[in-house]
Amino acid sequence: MIIGLDVGGTHTDVVLLGEEGVLRQVKVPTNPANLLDTVWTGLQEVKAGIHPKELDRIVLSTTLTTNAIVEGKLVPVGVIVSSGPGIDPEAFRIGDHYHVISGSIDHRGREIQPINVSEIESITSRLKKQGVRYVAVVSKFSVRNPKHELQIQETLGDDFEFVVLGHRISGNLNFPRRIATAYLNAAVYPIHKRFFNAVRQSLSTDGLAIPIHVLKADGGTMNMDASLQYPGQSILSGPAASVMGSLPFVQDAEETLVLDVGGTTTDMAVLIRDAPLLDPVGIEVARYRTLIRSLKTVSIGMGGDSAVSVAGGGLRVGPERMGRAMAYGGSVPTPTDALFVLAKDDRGDVDAARRGLEPIAAALGKSLEETAQLVFDTACHRILQAAHQMIQEINGKPVYTVHELLEGYKVNPKSILVLGGPAPFVASRLRELSDYKVRTVPRWEVANAVGAAIARTTCELTLFADTERGIATAPEEDFYQPVKSDFTMEKAVALAKELLRDKALREGADPDDLEMEIIEQQQFNMVRGFYTTGRNLRVKVQVKPGLIRHSRTITQKLNEDLTAAGTGTTGVAG
Amino acid sequence: MLTAPRKLGLVFFPAFDWAISPTHPEREERLLYTQDQVFEEGVLDIEGIEEFKPDLATMQDLRRVHFCAPDEWSVVTESHLISAGGAKTIAMSVLDRKVDRGLALVRPPGHHAMRVVHGARGFCNINIEAMMVEFLRDAYKIDRVAIVDTDCHHGDGTQDIYWHDPDTLYISLHQDGRTLYPGTGFPHELGGPTAVGSTINIPLLPRTSKEGFLQVIDGIVLPILKEFQPELVVNSAGQDNHYTDPITNMNFCAQGYAQLTERLDADIAVLEGGYSIEGALPYVNLGIILAMAGLDYHTVREPDYDPVKIRQSEDTTQYIDSLVGKVIEYWRECPDILEKNRNTKKFDERERTIFYDTDNILENQRERIRVCRDCSGVLSVDSLTDRGYHIFAVHVPRKACKACQELGREWFETANLRSYDRVFLQDRLEREYLIRKR
Repeated sequence: MIIGLDVGGTHTDVVLLGEEGVLRQVKVPTNPANLLDTVWTGLQEVKAGIHPKELDRIVLSTTLTTNAIVEGKLVPVGVIVSSGPGIDPEAFRIGDHYHVISGSIDHRGREIQPINVSEIESITSRLKKQGVRYVAVVSKFSVRNPKHELQIQETLGDDFEFVVLGHRISGNLNFPRRIATAYLNAAVYPIHKRFFNAVRQSLSTDGLAIPIHVLKADGGTMNMDASLQYPGQSILSGPAASVMGSLPFVQDAEETLVLDVGGTTTDMAVLIRDAPLLDPVGIEVARYRTLIRSLKTVSIGMGGDSAVSVAGGGLRVGPERMGRAMAYGGSVPTPTDALFVLAKDDRGDVDAARRGLEPIAAALGKSLEETAQLVFDTACHRILQAAHQMIQEINGKPVYTVHELLEGYKVNPKSILVLGGPAPFVASRLRELSDYKVRTVPRWEVANAVGAAIARTTCELTLFADTERGIATAPEEDFYQPVKSDFTMEKAVALAKELLRDKALREGADPDDLEMEIIEQQQFNMVRGFYTTGRNLRVKVQVKPGLIRHSRTITQKLNEDLTAAGTGTTGVAG
Repeated sequence: MLTAPRKLGLVFFPAFDWAISPTHPEREERLLYTQDQVFEEGVLDIEGIEEFKPDLATMQDLRRVHFCAPDEWSVVTESHLISAGGAKTIAMSVLDRKVDRGLALVRPPGHHAMRVVHGARGFCNINIEAMMVEFLRDAYKIDRVAIVDTDCHHGDGTQDIYWHDPDTLYISLHQDGRTLYPGTGFPHELGGPTAVGSTINIPLLPRTSKEGFLQVIDGIVLPILKEFQPELVVNSAGQDNHYTDPITNMNFCAQGYAQLTERLDADIAVLEGGYSIEGALPYVNLGIILAMAGLDYHTVREPDYDPVKIRQSEDTTQYIDSLVGKVIEYWRECPDILEKNRNTKKFDERERTIFYDTDNILENQRERIRVCRDCSGVLSVDSLTDRGYHIFAVHVPRKACKACQELGREWFETANLRSYDRVFLQDRLEREYLIRKR
């Protein structure tokens, strides 16, 4: 059995999955001040009476690191940066301990200027004096040659608790993002470590020494050891959980839009057949642009608890949330209240909801029912509009070859999968308002926790080879191998896949469940003085984000629930 | 996070799957290291820098500018249409005010492509700047345009297309034609009889460095631009004046390009040549991008940059001093020459031999223009290649008078199809592009 747990802004969802599908589902209110307590309560409830031996693993998706970043609760991090020619690295200053040092490497990984060890020694002693325990080390083009970052790490010695090296984070080029990503990984390290150690200890006191996996923003999982090395990868895994939870329910359609309508926000993503679309560069969180691999998701400030008001004679819904719906004891009317007025929901205080919307109706000069309908429709229209905009943005992405431009693949989803609290109501209205084929995800209330539970371990790897310089290198793995001029694309791909396999297994993948694919493959002849002097090869491979093999029986069961409910359009929570 | 003081639009189209031939300077690898540098510097993340996807140029875009023999698809590939389309996309983003300035880093280049196209010259098949400008004239009612060509080679194609157009100022800075392809672009080349002074050529001695380029910008280009008062300034931004360029002999550098770009302050820049793909392009392109966006570029330089080693000689400085005086003097005389032409000539003719070095074609042209008092005059071109292909082409200018338009129509209708393989009409006034075939 697998436990899936997803910490949301309002609720924390926990499910217990077995061969028969969802065995248990639990929803506990999230206490942002004590996430450990929240997680612990959820786990206790879901596993009550289950024998430890029956549990295979736990997958956690938490907002811990995200919250720390958004709220600025980050530990001091020493950032050591070497740039060489280009944009002034002062432009990327981050944190209170940012140091620019000499040293430079060019786009092919050739050393232009060595680093100066005495500079680093003096920074080391300063950081120590200031009590800084975490360090990020980043040099420009370190993904083409990590030599300088490694030398700096060596000079830093063993005096720091955690040192992040830029080239280990991602094979992608982007120096400013590499700086921000290394910084964030270091800055959330202690809080992440403390939390997961606490979870592990609590579980083992209960006799549960089972593997703990962490959900990543790209919709894959990693084991705890890997997550301690790269805690930043757990940032913004919430939307990924809902996308993975929707994946089993994609039907016949080529492309599907996933909408997770929560209390505060609606998160949206695109599935192309059974593969979620990934962000080409990396996640953006609290104005930090990073190289953290993530699903392409868009989040808008429009959810069940968005504040409803009248501004300039017109209706305004969202983007901010001011507590819960009035039907649940809040003080500001919300789209959820509108659903109560429209008698679509009756699990709260209908009178409070009506009271909340009355002043709005008066200001608009409409009846209460008309106003409620307007509130709800406004919310639905905003969601559709944002979805449309996201699709346009995806299709407007620049391309770099003639082939890509002419064969330009356009995303054009025809169906929508909805999950989250108000899913069935939103789904049925969207069906009326648009041409989309709209369905709810079975168990729409906890589908995100299901998604976390059944997500496969993923990873990515970039391999560069430069036969003129005679090297092949996979920077994320600190892999370096001399190659001869006969090193072909075929060999490069084979090598990249071999390295990827090792990495995936180390991060907790099931050896029989590695769906590897090439995501980028480029080869250039290098010509100098009218003679071909070598080849420049670039290969990027990944373990595809997807669902674990034995999730099939579970999701089959969920699909049967869906079929049993008839059209599958009204959401059938257990 | 960096924020650009001026919004910059960028079209980046390295055409990673297109080359003239595997070892040609204009090959797949050309913008590879530029892309590496642009990506690694995080340029596309800078607030205010927006990347656009290039549109494909259309046949209509092509017909506004060129007479393609035997037809369009024989001289262009999809790459050319994307490259020209990229220039068009960036221009639209500027004129629609989505951005303040636009830069198209595209390939293949275009400034050696003339009005008549039988094949490729100097790696160019179609003139991407001219296609962009003529599109803007039709779509946005732009009239006066200045094109400043900073490629190391004389932009003989752009000069040819605008030779008779008084509303397009074409200024070219380049390595002296006696020392470099295509061998043209001397100060006395000032434009056709009805457009004298709208072409300005500034040949520079080999090994001219930053000081010389900037002196020419300040002493010639900016004063003439100021007087011409263009609605739009376009930079044909060739980057082969660099001290490491393998096919030229100049001593310009990334800092110099950035400063030149800042002073010129063009609305739109379109990449032309530049073949030092590793030592120059990544740094020059970065400098130009930052300068156009109004960002600090003082830390952008080549890894091996040594200003002392590439400093221009005293002779070169003296040459430029006298060149600035000479070019300005020529240019001041142009209004009088123009007036005299209109008073003394009815028609004017020139005969030329044009060599298509890339495709090895030799073309003989006879051009005839009506030296009109009311407009820039209708133009015909009789063009015969050494392969025996013979065309007759008529260009009716954008602001043609009635008489010139009627004469152009008549030339087109009455051209003897037994002597020509094709007869073309480019009526820019009526926006009509016709072909008569044998």
